[in-house]
Amino acid sequence: MSVGIEVSQFNAWYGSNHALHDINLHIPANQATALIGPSGCGKSTFVRCINRMHETNPIARATGTIRIGDLDIYSDVSPVEVRRRIGMVFQRPNPFPTMSIYDNVASGLRLNGFRNRRVLDEVVERSLKHAALFDEVKDDLKKKSGASLSGGQQQRLCIARALAVDPEVLLMDEPASALDPVSTAKIEDLIFQLKSQYTIVIVTHNMQQAARVAERTGFFLNGRLVEFDSTHKIFTNPGDKRTEDYITGRFG
Amino acid sequence: MALPQKSRKANYAWRMFANHMATGLAVLSTILVVAPLIAIFVYLLYKGASSLNLAFFTKTPAPVGESGGGMANAIVGSGILLALSSLLGVPVGIGAGIYLSEFGRGGKLANFVRFTADVLNGVPSIVMGISIYSLIVLPQKHFSALSGGVALGVMMIPTITRTTEEMLLMVPNAIREAALGLGVPNWRSVLSISLKTASPGVITGCMLAFARVAGETAPLLFTAFGNQFWSANINQPIAALPLQIYVYALSPYDEWHRLAWAGALVLILLIVISVSLVRYVTTRGVLKGAS
Repeated sequence: MSVGIEVSQFNAWYGSNHALHDINLHIPANQATALIGPSGCGKSTFVRCINRMHETNPIARATGTIRIGDLDIYSDVSPVEVRRRIGMVFQRPNPFPTMSIYDNVASGLRLNGFRNRRVLDEVVERSLKHAALFDEVKDDLKKKSGASLSGGQQQRLCIARALAVDPEVLLMDEPASALDPVSTAKIEDLIFQLKSQYTIVIVTHNMQQAARVAERTGFFLNGRLVEFDSTHKIFTNPGDKRTEDYITGRFG
Repeated sequence: MALPQKSRKANYAWRMFANHMATGLAVLSTILVVAPLIAIFVYLLYKGASSLNLAFFTKTPAPVGESGGGMANAIVGSGILLALSSLLGVPVGIGAGIYLSEFGRGGKLANFVRFTADVLNGVPSIVMGISIYSLIVLPQKHFSALSGGVALGVMMIPTITRTTEEMLLMVPNAIREAALGLGVPNWRSVLSISLKTASPGVITGCMLAFARVAGETAPLLFTAFGNQFWSANINQPIAALPLQIYVYALSPYDEWHRLAWAGALVLILLIVISVSLVRYVTTRGVLKGAS
């Protein structure tokens, strides 16, 4: 079961830099939601606030509320608990270099003290299949390091690793920006399949990508959410002049 | 930019010359690094190998005037001293290195700890011996293996701390974020991800510190003191290879001189063997393609 995300009056800072201004939005369950906008507009900061990675930076702080289902993630639970329920895939593939493919996928469970071999085997296989990587690596699961895979395979490995802890929400911060077009297409296919089970938030610089994978799209500019609507509406008939300028390539 | 034919040729010749010069200098430096070690080793073999026999490894030193005898107690003593020092130096050193890199990064306390470690690294070993003498030996009123182990252990700390810190700083932040993003608690991420990723370098640091103190004599003069007899009691004076070599080398007897050479050879061999062993054990499980 996945859940929606309710954000209200959310603000975030890095030191004295006010990075996010009064963000309000509802991200629906079991859909992919794309966040677009020029570099430095706050979209990455925003997804990092959804799983409380933002606060791992010592000068960062945030106010406002974010609810996942009926759970207020900034007051009801610890950040560690939040991150177990909200998986994240980063811009650059970041498999653990000292671990095998198998250990990478199992790491989330193992590092939280889970040891049952039989269940781990099942979870690893299921997660790798979910991430459309299993057939490519099934003969080397425990032999090869995660770092020995190609960039696109590494990113799917990171997706499998995030799925293995069974999150409700999957955050993806420009997951395909470091990949070639073939690998990018594979990641997009994957997003399509995964959204039946997870709520997906994807940050992207690639507007075609947003149009291809997401039901809803939000446009960020200078730390503000300018417009949030169905992807179709944003790309065909945006309500705000700034959104139109951005998607037609007049700036950014 | 098309250069005239002639100057292009001259340019090529110059580049080839510069290339060979640079390669030659690098090779020369390498030889200069390796040569002293090989020279020492060959000389030790030449001087010491003839005195190596079973008795050397099984007997305690013979009394003055009698021939024969060995350094068995000193070999075991060195082993005990190094085990004690590693027990103190490795955990404290790694712990402080973790603090510097993962928790105190950029803070005032971290800068102070780093500065202290660097100064401690520069403290002459004889001063370390005297300090431990007044801190442990004087209050206890007797020399002991324990005080020797502490002196060597304290000397190991700064090297291990600084290499641990440097190696952890080389672990990409993306790896830490990956672990935290999976809902792994920070302490667990530090131990199982950051430290594990940095472990080859951290182990090298520990080995450097170990090899350095294994041959130290000065800090043991006022602490472990040396012992002509068997002792495995850490509250009693204990023999150590460097001390035994020191005593034998200063003696007026030719046979003791030969035993001192043999002791030096054994000391170097033991260091080489233990470092290789640790390296073998810790690199056994490395995977294909692991960076």
